[in-house]
Amino acid sequence: MSQTVMNQTFSQTFVRIIRKAKTQQSVYLVFAWLALVVIVLTFIALVGQLLLEGMPRLRAEFFTNFASRHAERAGILAAWVGSLMVIGVTMITALPLALATGVYLEEYAPKSKWVLLIELNIANLASVPSIIYGLLALGVFVYTLGLGQSVLTAGLTLALLILPMLIVTTREAIRAVPLSVREAAYALGSTRWQTVRHHVLPYASPGILTGVILSVSRALGETAPIITIGALSYIAFLPPPPSSAEFPFINFDWLFAGFTVLPIQMFNWTSRPEAAFAANAAAAGLVLLVLTLFLNAVAIYLRQHIRKQMQW
Amino acid sequence: MVNNNKARADNLHVYYGNFHALKGVSLPVIDKGITALIGPSGCGKSTLLRAFNRMHDLTPGNRYQGEIRLYPDDVNILADTVDPIAVRMRIGMVFQKPNPFPRSIFENVAYGLRLRGVHGKVALSEKVEAALQAAALWNEVKDRLDKPASALSGGQQQRLCIARCLATEPELLLFDEPTSALDPIATASIEELMVALREHYSILIVTHNMQQAARVSDQTAFMLMGELIEYSNTKQLFIKPDDPRTEDYITGRFG
Repeated sequence: MSQTVMNQTFSQTFVRIIRKAKTQQSVYLVFAWLALVVIVLTFIALVGQLLLEGMPRLRAEFFTNFASRHAERAGILAAWVGSLMVIGVTMITALPLALATGVYLEEYAPKSKWVLLIELNIANLASVPSIIYGLLALGVFVYTLGLGQSVLTAGLTLALLILPMLIVTTREAIRAVPLSVREAAYALGSTRWQTVRHHVLPYASPGILTGVILSVSRALGETAPIITIGALSYIAFLPPPPSSAEFPFINFDWLFAGFTVLPIQMFNWTSRPEAAFAANAAAAGLVLLVLTLFLNAVAIYLRQHIRKQMQW
Repeated sequence: MVNNNKARADNLHVYYGNFHALKGVSLPVIDKGITALIGPSGCGKSTLLRAFNRMHDLTPGNRYQGEIRLYPDDVNILADTVDPIAVRMRIGMVFQKPNPFPRSIFENVAYGLRLRGVHGKVALSEKVEAALQAAALWNEVKDRLDKPASALSGGQQQRLCIARCLATEPELLLFDEPTSALDPIATASIEELMVALREHYSILIVTHNMQQAARVSDQTAFMLMGELIEYSNTKQLFIKPDDPRTEDYITGRFG
């Protein structure tokens, strides 16, 4: 008899404890949902406003016209071409540098004090405000090296800006390749470089591409350092095309041309008093958004493609 | 002089930085046979095994002292003048956990061959098939050579790693607890394979499993705290060990 009474009090205690735990869980869930709603609403409001304001401006001429004093005739030709050229220069310079640095630090560098200091610095550089990179670039690329206020200068500036982030993600991706796979390669008689080239880099490439996605998105939207180096905000010509009809068919003059990029064009339009220019800015914002998403989609596709080929 | 050894460690010391992991071990590795290394965790048996293909060179701060001579050319493979990569080209290794590359079955076996300059398509597929046959895996994978190695079971993956090794025709095969991550059925298949391989290969195996050592090996060495305690014919070591510490270990009194 007393046994049953005891059991009853025990199970009542458990019921109370469990009920309390479940209440706490419900409270947490409510907070989580609220946070989610706030984020989703913010995003919808942002994109919705851009769409409402900018959508009517998204005609073919908007992409093929240069900037103009007349809002309805103004377009983003120079800006989107400029953005693509700058981001091209950025990736072509930053990616090899980041790969080389990441591979060296992870696979070759001895664990010395100097290497530790370098690693610490790279991590810190990732959090330096972008305008500081703009000032550095103005001093080094524009004045000292005389590269001018050009596509090349902008591309190199953004390369410097994203380099720390790209190095950090590259190193993390390389570190995630299991030691056992490296050992397998070494035991078969491969050199350090063959191990890196045939195994470590290919297996790390999905992770490296994630870093590329993040960096490209960041670089495309950067405004401050580009303004600092003196990008033009009103421009009515395109850089010369990178290929030409006569020998040697390739032309690097575009690297030294003046340029503008999408965020600067947007910035310029938002500072105008007329409402029609605000619509232009919204439309340019949409284009920037879509361009970023498109480049991300390409990187994600590549990443999935590689992952499918390599299965752990 | 007839020498029926494939290799011999001579007064071998290995240091991990300041840690003296292997203290003057001398051990012959018989030709065309299986030599087993047994002993409790941390006794240095894996350290000794890894010295044979210079894996310790991959971590800076590790040092060797003494010699490992490889026959028939009687070269000290630990000498500074010998390139560790040249050593690894001659001596193959199979690891504790199956570690296939995240590539196709074919590419896994072909990799060592590619490193050795075999590039012809016909030559590659012939050698890959021969290696998979020798590792008793061919019949299970011949229809899916282009499928990822990760699709194989653990035991199959380990036999794939053995095939990858065999493809390069190593003079000496090192096995580092090759079945400790496998279930009993897969373990039996690997053991069967090892016994089949001993006709043509010299094998040095580290094992935690004393029954395994007793089942497959010809010679057994017992190690303790970085030293070699006893080395003899497997049967004799398990039935009538000379050293009381060996007896304590094999009867399960410690370790």
